[in-house]
Amino acid sequence: MSVHRDLPARAIVGTQTVTIAIALNGERRSLKVSPATTLLDLLRHDLALTGTKKGCDHGQCGACTVIIDGQRINSCLQLAVMQDGKAITTIEGLSPDGALHPLQAAFIERDAFQCGYCTPGQICSGVALIAEGRATSREEIREHMSGNICRCGAYPNIVDAIEDVLVQRGQLMKETVE
Amino acid sequence: MLKNDTHIGSPRSRVDGPAKVTGKATYAAEFATPDLAHAYIVGSSVARGKITGIDVAAAGAVPGVIKIFTHENRPRTAWLSFRHKTIVGPPGRPFRPLYSDEIQYSGQPIVLVVAESFDVARHAASLVKVAYEQHPHETDLGRARSDSYEPPRRRLGIAPPPKPRGDAAKAYDEAAVRVSAEYTIATEHHNPMEPHATTVIWEGGGKLTVHDKTQGVQSSQAYVARVFGLSSDDVRVISPYVGGGFGSGLRPQHQLFLAVMASLALERSVRLELTRQQMFSHVHRPETINVLSLGADQDGKLTSIQHHALAATSRFEDHQEVVVNWSGLLYPAENVDLRYELAKLDTASPGDMRAPGAPLGVFALESAMDELAIAAGIDPIELRLRNYAERDENDDKPFTSKALRACYSEGAERFGWSRRDPKPGSMREGRELIGWGMASGVWDANMMKTSARAVLGADGKLAISCATSDIGTGTYTILTQIAADALGLAMDDVTVALGDSSLPTSPVQGGSWTAASAGSAVMAACQSLRETLVKHAGKIDGSPLVGAGIDDVAFAGGRIMMRLDASRSLSLADAVAAAGGSVEAEESAGPGLLGLMLPKSHSSYTHAAVFAEVRIDQDLGVLRVTRIVSAVAAGRILNPKTARSQIIGGVVWGIGMALHEETLTDHRLGRIMNHSFAEYHVPANADIHDIEVIFVEEHDDKTSPIGVKGLGEIGIVGTAAAIANAVHHATGNRIRSLPITIDKILADAV
Amino acid sequence: MNRFSYHRADTIDDAVRALAADPAAKIIAGGTNLVDLMKYDVEKPSTLIDVTRIEALKGISETEDGGLRIGALVPNTTVAYDERVASRYPLLASAILAGATPQLRNAATTGGNLNQRTRCYYFNDVATPCNKREPGSGCSAIGGLNRIHAILGASEHCIATHPSDMCVGLAALGADVHVVGPDGERVIPFADYHRLPRDAPQRDNTLRLGEIVVSIVLPPDAASHGVHHSYLKLRDRLSYAFALVSVATALTMEGGTISSARIALGGVAHKPWRRQEAETALAGRAADEHSFAVAADLLLDGAQGHEHNAFKVELARRAVIRALGQAAAGTPQSQTDKRIA
Ligand SMILES: Cc1cc2nc3c(=O)[nH]c(=O)nc-3n(C[C@H](O)[C@H](O)[C@H](O)COP(=O)(O)OP(=O)(O)OC[C@H]3O[C@@H](n4cnc5c(N)ncnc54)[C@H](O)[C@@H]3O)c2cc1C
Ligand code: SF4
Ligand code: FES
Ligand code: FES
Repeated sequence: MSVHRDLPARAIVGTQTVTIAIALNGERRSLKVSPATTLLDLLRHDLALTGTKKGCDHGQCGACTVIIDGQRINSCLQLAVMQDGKAITTIEGLSPDGALHPLQAAFIERDAFQCGYCTPGQICSGVALIAEGRATSREEIREHMSGNICRCGAYPNIVDAIEDVLVQRGQLMKETVE
Repeated sequence: MLKNDTHIGSPRSRVDGPAKVTGKATYAAEFATPDLAHAYIVGSSVARGKITGIDVAAAGAVPGVIKIFTHENRPRTAWLSFRHKTIVGPPGRPFRPLYSDEIQYSGQPIVLVVAESFDVARHAASLVKVAYEQHPHETDLGRARSDSYEPPRRRLGIAPPPKPRGDAAKAYDEAAVRVSAEYTIATEHHNPMEPHATTVIWEGGGKLTVHDKTQGVQSSQAYVARVFGLSSDDVRVISPYVGGGFGSGLRPQHQLFLAVMASLALERSVRLELTRQQMFSHVHRPETINVLSLGADQDGKLTSIQHHALAATSRFEDHQEVVVNWSGLLYPAENVDLRYELAKLDTASPGDMRAPGAPLGVFALESAMDELAIAAGIDPIELRLRNYAERDENDDKPFTSKALRACYSEGAERFGWSRRDPKPGSMREGRELIGWGMASGVWDANMMKTSARAVLGADGKLAISCATSDIGTGTYTILTQIAADALGLAMDDVTVALGDSSLPTSPVQGGSWTAASAGSAVMAACQSLRETLVKHAGKIDGSPLVGAGIDDVAFAGGRIMMRLDASRSLSLADAVAAAGGSVEAEESAGPGLLGLMLPKSHSSYTHAAVFAEVRIDQDLGVLRVTRIVSAVAAGRILNPKTARSQIIGGVVWGIGMALHEETLTDHRLGRIMNHSFAEYHVPANADIHDIEVIFVEEHDDKTSPIGVKGLGEIGIVGTAAAIANAVHHATGNRIRSLPITIDKILADAV
Repeated sequence: MNRFSYHRADTIDDAVRALAADPAAKIIAGGTNLVDLMKYDVEKPSTLIDVTRIEALKGISETEDGGLRIGALVPNTTVAYDERVASRYPLLASAILAGATPQLRNAATTGGNLNQRTRCYYFNDVATPCNKREPGSGCSAIGGLNRIHAILGASEHCIATHPSDMCVGLAALGADVHVVGPDGERVIPFADYHRLPRDAPQRDNTLRLGEIVVSIVLPPDAASHGVHHSYLKLRDRLSYAFALVSVATALTMEGGTISSARIALGGVAHKPWRRQEAETALAGRAADEHSFAVAADLLLDGAQGHEHNAFKVELARRAVIRALGQAAAGTPQSQTDKRIA
């Protein structure tokens, strides 16, 4: 999705708010942001999209993972003002018409969460992992999901859920235990 | 006991799953209201002393700053110490934020900046300048050890060590086989994924709705009412989802006080969210040193157990846990001497963290048992079987049930323990040394008095409510299962409301007692509904159930039917209509309340046997935990799916405790330095391999009316010891201080 | 986070001009280090110069002499999975994939990775003294918590390490750093890009006022190692942790004999650690444990531990020996299978 940029390419804007245009969960939004606002705070505070979580605010946990232009990114370390022209998908955008994304369904089926706080980040990360197509074994899923800490310790179930979807999509042969 | 269960005992997906996977589940910092102000804390940078000056000029000049609170201008509220106490708090003077100029620990909240936005509050907070008069501090348990003491006042609900039995020192000296060593566990911080946060909604007229990260909404409500002199009718605490607690939400944390204080003073809604760094400024698991000595005869039969523990506490409170009692409980011996002491440090008060005390003491005990097994030349499981406790010798009582033997055998079978070559260093693959270790785990099984309400509407939908929380443990789901089975409904026909202080009374969620307690309360409320329904059903003209008593009928498929003649049945809807359009019942359950339990006559514990495989690179010391089998005896399993997750979570915590978690304090500065998720390591996905959970059959009709014993803590208890024992088996080196980091493995290997 | 102005630059010149005009201004690329430090109030730039729209900093291209030029803005993920990099400089790909997480690597840029700052606990906590953050305030790590600190090339003023994995790979490969400043472009050999702390630990590298990194150039002669390389990273958990010690090595082999070697160490010094003597000692030697040990000892000569990191000296020695063994055998360390081959 491409979005019209309404900010001149070169601008010294000082500390006042800046207007940016983004595609958020498929919807074009024109937003006023202060340069010091992170994408995560923009989502959670200004847009009331609280599905994206803040676990550390420093890139150390993955709870804030969103998908920007197809890439999974820690939104806590992104300045909102730099997102101008980008397409951003959050957890709220994964099931737009109410039908769960297959990975969301697999998370429920595999009990891949407990408190649920890391879950939106895990799912956004997992959705990107599937699209990347680089993980072809449980071992690789584990490494490629290691950017998402789960303090409840749901890891084995998270790997199960992602494996299920990869198998459904023919990206992975089910590993038989032992 | 329950009959005709369709949902109970079967794997069921979480009912709160759809909300959690779509981001719709709302946590404490996510409730919003127009005109919300944002608060940010400034913490002390010294460990002990006095504030001599706070310069807020620059901060106050930032546009958007509403108010800056310090000890000098904080509103006058209830400052009496006892009003700050809650039931879970230990003896001492609880920490009171912004109370005075006194600094009690590094990171202590000393200034609260409130602003129109989070960015502004954070920025202004960075401009606050504080001057201190520094006093000498102590944060090093090794040095404070010489000033240890037995806590003069006991903490409510924490059993002190039992009286000595026999003469343990003498028996040790005379024992044929002896082991004695010191075992230490580093300070740990809970670090739930959701940082502590409180959103206070100012409702006007002095009424507050508080969204608090807590494991007990009614405890937070009572605290706020007491401390701020409000009527409890004016404070409602609503926290439907909690992003992990692990004990950190048992006591009200300082963000609750500060957010409410600001809201009341400003007559405005306020949100305060701790940063991850600030999550290191309150509750934690205390560093603990165990000295443990075991004496046994030639056959490995224990003759002497001496377990002395020393735990850190704060200067102002005597936090206490059960650390040593497990040693007198798990194995019988004629001579037992257990002691528990504290030493004061200039830190925040420690608090309960997942299975408080147990993994600390059990790490020592189960490591020592492994050492004893080697010294006596006996297989570690065999040694435990030879010393199997048939009674609780601490309290001299029988157990309500104890299937630990089955845990050993089923766990060993699944793990393949019989293929273990006991010789350390004997199993390897290439350059990897393979170690197999095992340990026992034990935790209290408790029930607390809890109430629940059940309302069956004319539409045949059942609404359950209770003030307890679901901190990720699956409470919503098991209560749905229990209620659905009780009235023969589909789970979809049941809704459960939790985490609201206006709902029927419940204790804090902790200690693994929620399933047993809230579950029993829901059972009782549903039972009462059933009785009402049957009574009214029998009164309908020409009712097929005429004359039927509660024991004559079954509830299934949305109908009430005669047990002996299913053709005689009535729809629930008709019964509800006969009862006046909706039926409601509120009931309590608690120890002794239903006449089912004899809480004083028996001891009740959950048990586990944990088996661990580690692989360690022989040159580099890199360690991988490649396999864990945890065999658990915890009475009845209501939902094998969520139950398994609970145990897996506990095992992951055990792996973290064994290998990763360690709060590092610079004792010169008296300051925690690895206060981040980057440097305070908890396991990542790559650290966790196969974890197998076995629930062994255990029938228990004395702990709770629904046969449940609880699962929240048992998963962690023996895991660290099993891993440490596996490390020894792999390398021949015994590491007695957790976490087992690469340098310790290398230091011993070199 | 302090108040700052935001400047979106559209050309290299524009960025350089803005940077040269204000010593307190900072370039922002992926933001994964700078925003992190700004939230801790460690970095307080007056202006952020957003370079992410500058086309000239993007893309990977061939150089005339057969090397590879990587633009400063190319994300770490793109470099790691680029086919040219993976086939000619697999050591670099491996080093990148050993670092951080998929999310961070997607945002992190080549230029930003080079310029990321130390993870020293004290540097990151403004409540404590630190010479690197506040020159003259003292070094808290000396005599404090120094598990993650340097064993080589440290000074009495600072014992911090450079945290990057990618840079260890680049150091071993002998990349060139192309920078542009007010006086035009210059090329800095990788070994000279980062500096030792000496008496000015506040300076991590040799960039001059107003200079920005525009690209990294991988030399053609570093592309001849085939399977004989390895990036071995040892850390406190199996993923998502900085290196306690890491080794990047690439060998050219003739039968069982090493004809030339490159070795760089990470996690041990203020810059990726490379020593000519260690590499020369391997040339013409049989690829055996003895030769590896000789090289390791030369590389670590003079290593000095502190209270909590003394173990790193022996750990690094063993890691060098193992990584050389992996490279010689043509079995580079996997970054997903955590067993060490
Ligand atoms: C939790 C966590 C874990 C991590 N783990 C690892 C790890 O294991 N291994 C590892 O190697 N890294 C790790 N990283 C660090 C990560 O690799 C760096 O943060 C990243 O590479 C920085 O790139 P950036 O583009 O985001 O830089 P930015 O944050 O944008 O900038 C970083 C610095 O570089 C300067 N800069 C940026 N571009 C240029 C340029 N073109 N010229 C001159 N100066 C420039 C900026 O001014 C700033 O000072 C981790 C980071 C986090 C947060
Ligand atoms: S080691 Fe360097 S960065 Fe760390 S405290 Fe010392 S001076 Fe600061
Ligand atoms: S909140 Fe962004 S990584 Fe933790
Ligand atoms: S589900 Fe609680 S942190 Fe992952």
